[in-house]
Amino acid sequence: MNDAPERPASTPILLDDPQSARTHTRWTGLLASQVFWVVLATIIACILLSFVTSTFATQQNLFNVTRNFAFVAIVALGMMAVIVTGGIDISVGSTIGLSGIVLSVTMNAGYPIWVGIGMGLLTAGIVGLVNGLLIAYLDMQPFVVTLGMLSVGRSLALVFSGSRTIFDFGPDGAKLLALGGGKTLGIANPVWFLIVLAVLFWFAFACTRWGRYVFAVGGNRHAANLTGVPVRRIICSVYVLAGLMAGVAAILEVGWLGAVTTGLGTGDELRVIAATVIGGTNLMGGIGSAFGTVVGAALIEVIRNSLILLGVDSFWQGTVVGAFIIIAVLFNRLGGERQGD
Amino acid sequence: MSLLELRGVSKHFGAIHALTDVTFSLEPGQVVGLMGDNGAGKSTLVKVIAGNFPPSHGEILISGKPVHFGKPVDARAQGIEVVYQELALCNNLTAAANVFLGREPRIGFGPIRILDHATMYRRAGELFKELKSETRPRDLVRQMSGGQRQAVAIARTRLSDARLVIMDEPTAAISVRQVAEVLSLIRRLSEHGIAVILVSHRMPDVFDVAHRVVVMRRGRKVADKKIEASSAEEVTGLITGAISTA
Repeated sequence: MNDAPERPASTPILLDDPQSARTHTRWTGLLASQVFWVVLATIIACILLSFVTSTFATQQNLFNVTRNFAFVAIVALGMMAVIVTGGIDISVGSTIGLSGIVLSVTMNAGYPIWVGIGMGLLTAGIVGLVNGLLIAYLDMQPFVVTLGMLSVGRSLALVFSGSRTIFDFGPDGAKLLALGGGKTLGIANPVWFLIVLAVLFWFAFACTRWGRYVFAVGGNRHAANLTGVPVRRIICSVYVLAGLMAGVAAILEVGWLGAVTTGLGTGDELRVIAATVIGGTNLMGGIGSAFGTVVGAALIEVIRNSLILLGVDSFWQGTVVGAFIIIAVLFNRLGGERQGD
Repeated sequence: MSLLELRGVSKHFGAIHALTDVTFSLEPGQVVGLMGDNGAGKSTLVKVIAGNFPPSHGEILISGKPVHFGKPVDARAQGIEVVYQELALCNNLTAAANVFLGREPRIGFGPIRILDHATMYRRAGELFKELKSETRPRDLVRQMSGGQRQAVAIARTRLSDARLVIMDEPTAAISVRQVAEVLSLIRRLSEHGIAVILVSHRMPDVFDVAHRVVVMRRGRKVADKKIEASSAEEVTGLITGAISTA
């Protein structure tokens, strides 16, 4: 005779406490994160270099390394916000140039440093605003718009400077040089600016509504629109921000260089984008972090510095940096989570 | 006075007549099943009600007053919410972030206001528990199954003061266990006096939970009956055209 099989005393049917299960443990989550690997790579590189060369770990060299990458990292913070919304801004290099020229011309004409800085930031902000308005409100493609502004910016820089090199910054010149080239408490001033800005950006993305909306727009613009997120305003704002960051970097860089040529900033946009991508920001939008961006910039600079210290021909720098960009993007693709297919 | 009334609503896209002379009304707390084959005009009707575009002819009245919706936000302001399965979630954000998207609670004063993460996680967790869903508030939507994503979308309507919730194929791609939960959620919405338009291909679901069934065919409303007065066979016939009207 066949009886129905007896049920065991207590059958766990399915997750009775679904809220407590997790997709990643703390450790696997960390290993899947690109930022973790970039930080690890940077630390390993620094340690290796300290042993292999006698000059890496010196105060002077570290001072140079941190200050060099600060300029790129500052602009990369703004670029990261733009890329997270799914856009791109290739005009930052010429915004740096234009902003630096405006600063120099203003101070050269005798105005005090605050007027010079104000004009420089205003110029950078206006470039960003033009980008933002065209992209957000006229629905134009970011690449095309910023390509146009790249050209306009570089040309205006030539116009405003009369194509001359400026190295006299008027009565407040010493203040400007101290701002960009000096140090406070042993750390280069641009690095302090970077630290403050990075913390502000991190805070904005983690804790403010604006920051969340930037990621929402990048993740699914249509959904953001449907739920009432002010999509156009957000998009415009990130381009203004990118412009302003370029302006800040320009002001500090001019102070450091002590002289401004019309070529200031040329090609910087690619270094900035490289730093952002290596730092974990996805060019498709929706993914990125302020901390990762800073570390990405740091890694590039540490690599460049290491190549110099190891005596490698400087022409190889491009190959190495380019290889890192490709590896970073490959990592992104291979480590992808479950897609909606 | 009906909550929602459509009078002679038509919608043309050039030469295509997506909707022709649709008239119907909805009372608070009613659940109406909107059925019809693909291309019958269901999603156009939904989009007109939800404010995606205005009708070419006819008018829409909310509580007796004519309304004009230029964009979905206008419809939302009148208490009309749509639950889309695919389109309204950001994959790169957490479930809690998606539930509260557009209406995040904040703490602080004046210009210094930051997101109230604790409240969002807690409240989202409560909403998911109510739905008996396995969705976890801190998980990224990208990593979720269809059913969990649906739970997130439904949880979002619980937040707003919706008077009418339109659900677009909510049970099409979710697990068996959750079909029952979604249907009981619809019943709960109805008990709270919220009207529900349930657009669905699944006859058992509509007959389980709806008070009325409206059938569309080729842009026209061909039936509008109480559920008890109809049957699955009759509705199938209406959808395919075997029965012309009822």
